[in-house]
Amino acid sequence: MWSWVGHRITGVVIFFFLLVHVLDTSLVRVSPEAYTAVIGAYKNPLMALGETGLVAAIIFHAFNGLRVIAVDFWKKGAKYQRQMLWVVLALWLVTFAGFAIRHLSLALGGH
Amino acid sequence: MTAIQNPRSGQLGSGKIAPQYKRSGGSKGNFEMLAWLFMRLSGVVLVVLIFGHLFVNLLVGEGIHAIDFGFVAGKWADPFWQFWDLAMLWLAMLHGTNGVRTIINDYAEKDATRFWLKVVLYAASAVIVILGTLVIFTFNPCPVVDGVQLPGGFCPAP
Ligand code: HEM
Repeated sequence: MWSWVGHRITGVVIFFFLLVHVLDTSLVRVSPEAYTAVIGAYKNPLMALGETGLVAAIIFHAFNGLRVIAVDFWKKGAKYQRQMLWVVLALWLVTFAGFAIRHLSLALGGH
Repeated sequence: MTAIQNPRSGQLGSGKIAPQYKRSGGSKGNFEMLAWLFMRLSGVVLVVLIFGHLFVNLLVGEGIHAIDFGFVAGKWADPFWQFWDLAMLWLAMLHGTNGVRTIINDYAEKDATRFWLKVVLYAASAVIVILGTLVIFTFNPCPVVDGVQLPGGFCPAP
């Protein structure tokens, strides 16, 4: 139940981000300056935290989505759905920790 | 005494009634089944495309500091990344649009509300997919700014 709520919320959040992300990337077609200016706005500590949160959402949606697929297509999927949720959470933690350490030390480490 | 309310569900074919409860055949064929299958197939492919995208753009080398016009130009000078990003754009947009369609069907009670929310959703999605596709293919990685060729190893010598 809660994994479903989480899947739904992360799905919508990612979708709205994607709309904006295609728009900002489209600025490469306008001019190098326009793109570089907007992308510069991503490069501050607040956005770094936002990106990290977004990636946390994507990693959860991705692993939980694979779990949903396993429940639907694997013969024993329904039986092990609870165990698979723990696997999802463990994979989420490891993957997210790896991403957060690397990305935040790059983004906040200054340059 | 508690009166049993009339069902609030919308009309047949409005998306409000789960297919298995419809008594009439409906004209939608097996669209919902294909949509269900598409969510799962696209999901598997998207894991690879998105994790690869995040890894190459944010975790390798200088990470986010490396991202600027030249970075994007360098990637899209290569058909491999053009195709990667195109596949990601289309799959993620179709997957996300279909997911949000399901959510609208679940929560918007009135037929008219549901209809207009979906009109807005489809219009926004169409604009983004078309815009993104055009940008990937009409993009010039080697623009000449003020008569000067931008530097970049992938550009032919002026
Ligand atoms: C990273 C790989 C992804 C995987 C493995 C994945 C998997 C799934 C699966 C299996 C479903 C359930 C469909 C159903 O219950 O019928 C789903 C729903 C959904 N996904 Fe994804 N997805 C991924 C990426 C995305 C992306 C990039 C977006 C946004 C653009 C997105 C937005 C949604 C939405 C809005 C839903 C509907 C949620 C609901 O009905 O409760 N997903 N996803």
